[in-house]
Amino acid sequence: MEGLTLSDAEQKYYSDLFSYCDIESTKKVAANGRVLELFRAAQLPNDVVLQIMELCGATRLGYFGRSQFYIALKLVAVAQSGFPLRVESINTVKDLPLPRFVASKNEQESRHAASYSSDSENQGSYSGVIPPPPGRGQVKKGSISHDAVQPRTASDPQEPASPVVSPQQSPPSSPHTWRKHNRHPSGGNSERPLAGPGPFWSPFGDAQSGSSAGDAVWSGHSPPPPQENWVSFADTPPTSTLLAMHPASVQDQTTVRTVASATTANEIRRQSSSYDDPWKITDEQRQYYVNQFKTIQPDLNGFIPGSAAKEFFTKSKLPIPELSHIWELSDFDKDGALTLDEFCAAFHLVVARKNGYDLPEKLPESLMPKLIDLEDSAGVGDQPGEVGYSGSPAEAPPSKSPSMPSLNQTWPELNQSSEDTAIVHPVPIRMTPSKIHMQEMELKRTVSDHNNPTSPLLVKPPDLSEENKINSSVKFASGNTAGQQQAGVVAHPPAVPPRPLPAQASGPVVHRPVDADGLITHTSTSPQQIPEQPNFADFSQFEVFAASSVNEEQDDEAEKHPEVLPVEKSSDPASSLRGAKTENKIEEKTAASVPANVSKGTTPLAPPPKPVRRRLKSEDELRPEVDEHPQKTGVLAAVLASQPSIPRSVGKDKKAIQASIRRNKETNTVLARLNSELQQQLKDVLEERISLEVQLEQLRPFSHL
Amino acid sequence: MAVCIAVIAKENYPLYIRSVPTENELKFHYMVHTSLDVVDEKISALGKALVDQRELYLGLLYPTEDHKVYGYVTNSKVKFVMVVDSSNTALRDNEIRSMFRKLHNSYTDVMCNPFYNPGDRIHSRAFDNMVTAMMIQVC
Repeated sequence: MEGLTLSDAEQKYYSDLFSYCDIESTKKVAANGRVLELFRAAQLPNDVVLQIMELCGATRLGYFGRSQFYIALKLVAVAQSGFPLRVESINTVKDLPLPRFVASKNEQESRHAASYSSDSENQGSYSGVIPPPPGRGQVKKGSISHDAVQPRTASDPQEPASPVVSPQQSPPSSPHTWRKHNRHPSGGNSERPLAGPGPFWSPFGDAQSGSSAGDAVWSGHSPPPPQENWVSFADTPPTSTLLAMHPASVQDQTTVRTVASATTANEIRRQSSSYDDPWKITDEQRQYYVNQFKTIQPDLNGFIPGSAAKEFFTKSKLPIPELSHIWELSDFDKDGALTLDEFCAAFHLVVARKNGYDLPEKLPESLMPKLIDLEDSAGVGDQPGEVGYSGSPAEAPPSKSPSMPSLNQTWPELNQSSEDTAIVHPVPIRMTPSKIHMQEMELKRTVSDHNNPTSPLLVKPPDLSEENKINSSVKFASGNTAGQQQAGVVAHPPAVPPRPLPAQASGPVVHRPVDADGLITHTSTSPQQIPEQPNFADFSQFEVFAASSVNEEQDDEAEKHPEVLPVEKSSDPASSLRGAKTENKIEEKTAASVPANVSKGTTPLAPPPKPVRRRLKSEDELRPEVDEHPQKTGVLAAVLASQPSIPRSVGKDKKAIQASIRRNKETNTVLARLNSELQQQLKDVLEERISLEVQLEQLRPFSHL
Repeated sequence: MAVCIAVIAKENYPLYIRSVPTENELKFHYMVHTSLDVVDEKISALGKALVDQRELYLGLLYPTEDHKVYGYVTNSKVKFVMVVDSSNTALRDNEIRSMFRKLHNSYTDVMCNPFYNPGDRIHSRAFDNMVTAMMIQVC
């Protein structure tokens, strides 16, 4: 083997090529396969390649040592320059340009080639399309033209290295295509231009001609590899650089209406990752979803029940069958409720659908509940095919308003987004009155959560506690929550609004006198019949009504007031409005009356916001036997004692009035039922009495004996 | 192997009915319809015997010349009816039971979907897929 003298540039270039071929990092031997590919990339006829290999001694040795490799490269350069291949030509040919490997496998190598060539030749980089064959032809004309070509083709590889440069990238598509054909489909490198779809693109007319020529020449070399490589490329999702470079073609290919025309490197990177996993949720999106979740369910570890989710997603105005399908996809554990992950998945699917993506048949892996937490780590990209679109950015670029939109906002017109982003965070519209809705939802959901910060619950606890705590002394100044703050923890689940804790000792007994008629309940329940709590029976109105009705009968009971109250709570809470009954009751109650308690804070019959709840509670208590008067009265008395009377504020706003109307109605039904029960009891008692009297009569004659 | 699968609501109207696409699918519909009488007979046979005691799987409802009809009732009186081809090697009872169990599970999943109103026809893709799998098995 003759000695080989290499210029510096050549030395560098060759050593790089050698290390490229030296996949086993032996530093001594270049892998045959790689070398062969490299030579093929040199666009030399096969026989020339064989000749080169023979000449350099590789066939003799059976492997490509470094010197053989260098000799081979030199010979390639010689051949490319058009000089006859001879051993002597290695050193004899002067000013031999570097061997060109147009379909170089890696950009680094080509970049190096470019740098070498540019260093040596100092040619400006062309964004020309000149495919190698014409270049080669030009080479024959002379070294200079060859030089010209070299940098051009060399610079081509360089261009993809800077994918950010947009328009100029389009022309080189064909050489890129070409290059791609020999490139290993190990791509995925986001910086490589995707050449697979390249041939399809008509817009690049000059590229077309070049590519056709190139293809023609190329076909002579090795048709199969390009095809299979190309096919494999077609399979891989288009990379971001492609997007950056050929936005028009991307649009043609994809169904996305809003196409990103992003050119920033960040965007590209993100998009490339999105290509890898079209269903991945970005951080901003996830944050948005989490916030939306919080508006429905403050506990991030909790569930959103199906009905709430249904309402929420219905606001997105998607057709119900699609929403149904989205639910099926996202409710992973099929429990009828959505966890945070499931909710995010569902939301993401909704957003995607609104942007025109088809829904997948199966839940994409990246949206699966257990994986969503890992989304920040590797992208679990898969099944882009399933999604029904290709090559379109699925990720929303920085969302315009990641701020947690409240439920009062509207879902934006996503398709009208002028942004690059494909997905904009939708904002749901609230259709229902928020306050009550939220209250109800909160109440239903946080049955056991006493610490709920929402206002209704704040209101409620005091309310309930009023009834719970016998000792609470609440000032019901204006029937508002003011006093309630002092109340303690709710003992009863908020989910029992209409039945204001009949078992609770409640607020003060305002109209003790009224109780004479049996309006026991007035006293007990906390007067916190706040207007903001429509769910809770507000018996204050009732009390007013009762009070007024009682007033009429008050005369009879005047003296019995003190006793009546506690007695009310006793076993016979007859309907307050039945005056007839009151007589009996009063009689029975007298025994159990606890005057002292009654007097505690009694107020005159003036419309007191008497918590009617007390009565309900007593209803429960009292429904059992009548005989339990004393105990009950004791309890009741204690309860009553604790609560001062509550003057009712007359100035209620309309809402309060409506709420109170509602409460009254509820109260009415409850009272009606209570009434019937009590009447039944009364009947029983009367019968008993009659039977007792009869017995007495029967026994009387004996008494004389 | 099932030739036709139907889900009948409590009020005896179909929520879902699907047959192997052959000619004369109406025949299958008719068979399902007539089988409802048999189902009713079976579930009322126990009289006051509570639902718990009644087993969900009803078994062979009636055989015809080249089809057999099997039935299954849920606790909410939703009926599943399956028509199988007699020409296949007779399916074992266990297999039919497992098919009904799968049907029941899928039906439950459909119910869990808040967007599904009970009483509507079932349009769930997951349910369709499951039924397709059952129908394609061997035929």
